[in-house]
Amino acid sequence: MLNYRKSRWSVLSASSRGNKMELAYYPGCTLKTRAKNFETSAIAAMSALGVNLVELPRWNCCGTVYSLAEDDLIHHVAAIRNLIRVKEQGKNKVVTLCAFCYNTLKRANLVMKDSPDKRFAINNFMNEEPDYAGEVETVHLLQVLRDDVGWERIARNVKHPLKDLKIAGYYGCTLLRPQSAAIDSVERPRVLQDLIKTLGASAVEFPFATECCGAYQVVDNRDIVAERTAAILSSARKNGAEAIAVSCPLCEYNLRQTQRQDTVPMPVLYFTQLMVIAFGLDAITGGFDENSMETRAWLKGKGLIP
Amino acid sequence: MRVELSSKKLRSNFVKKVAELSGQNLYLCYQCGKCSAGCPMGFAMDILPNQVIRLIQLGLEEDLINSKTVWLCASCLTCTARCPRGVDLSKVMEAVRLLTLRKNKNYIEPSKMSHDTIAELPQIALVSAFRKLTG
Repeated sequence: MLNYRKSRWSVLSASSRGNKMELAYYPGCTLKTRAKNFETSAIAAMSALGVNLVELPRWNCCGTVYSLAEDDLIHHVAAIRNLIRVKEQGKNKVVTLCAFCYNTLKRANLVMKDSPDKRFAINNFMNEEPDYAGEVETVHLLQVLRDDVGWERIARNVKHPLKDLKIAGYYGCTLLRPQSAAIDSVERPRVLQDLIKTLGASAVEFPFATECCGAYQVVDNRDIVAERTAAILSSARKNGAEAIAVSCPLCEYNLRQTQRQDTVPMPVLYFTQLMVIAFGLDAITGGFDENSMETRAWLKGKGLIP
Repeated sequence: MRVELSSKKLRSNFVKKVAELSGQNLYLCYQCGKCSAGCPMGFAMDILPNQVIRLIQLGLEEDLINSKTVWLCASCLTCTARCPRGVDLSKVMEAVRLLTLRKNKNYIEPSKMSHDTIAELPQIALVSAFRKLTG
């Protein structure tokens, strides 16, 4: 068993600082601006687990959405430049927290790996960069937790189990679709529920866990997104959830900001914030000030934050 | 509803361009409606996702261009994941959007958005909306 664990750790990184493992980390725009609490909570929680998230130098916006048109190669360039930055670090793996960044980097990499013609054109266009052929694997933090750290090790770090809490994990779209970029089963994912259970809470199953919240439609069609939010949250509530754990800054925004005023507010948190609480880390690293007032009130009421 | 079909429409440049930009064989679709059944934005659409494919199959460009449907698609890929014929409808939606956007017609106008709206929204919402809805 011990040997097995050791080999598991070696997957994380060849180099280590002290006795901590290092992972190349791509933040993306929103984590540096409107979702700082996602970043600070993830860095603190991973550090408690012995993993250093090392921010990539010279990263740029990934473009947020993967270009779906066959002839639209120029929009893959932003994502691929980031993957080249990872390769320059001597790494072959990069972790993201933002679900949109995850999807865009992952799918752009598949283009470079699987389409020789497109790879040739894109490499020729980026003639100031070294040639790239899809060597860097993009993973989401949930995959690192499940596949590299493992639930057992996470459970050992839980100092304040979230007992008696009923939390629904909400996946949204970009961690699960398309199949080629899915971090778990496309229709019946488990990873968020497994994490929630490992932290000591009960994981609420609900049929809207993988339904789209409307994403960027919030810019032009806020009412439609509000309808989606109402459907998702009422389904979670009907199935017993008292809070929602998310992994995407856009889902977080939509579920927090388009909640109907006439319904009981639903607390919305990042899964990494739950880890900060369960691991008994300094509440400042959780960045709970950036959550809604209702979320903070609920956490305080449960005695989970000061 | 009466629709007028013609060989000219069926072989139109529009049909060819959608197939080319999306990389999809639209004639694989047998209209089962699975895409429309699972579409999270379907409730707000005037034409349902399976009808989008049907209109393209029949070359009815105008009905499609005048519909809001492709602009309401949020590229969530639920249809793509579930299509029993392996048609990636999200790519078809993108192709139809691009055929308008590439004529220099924006669907949303960033310059007309209020300062408050822009300040309120997270970067991820703005960048993705501009990528999808402006040329």
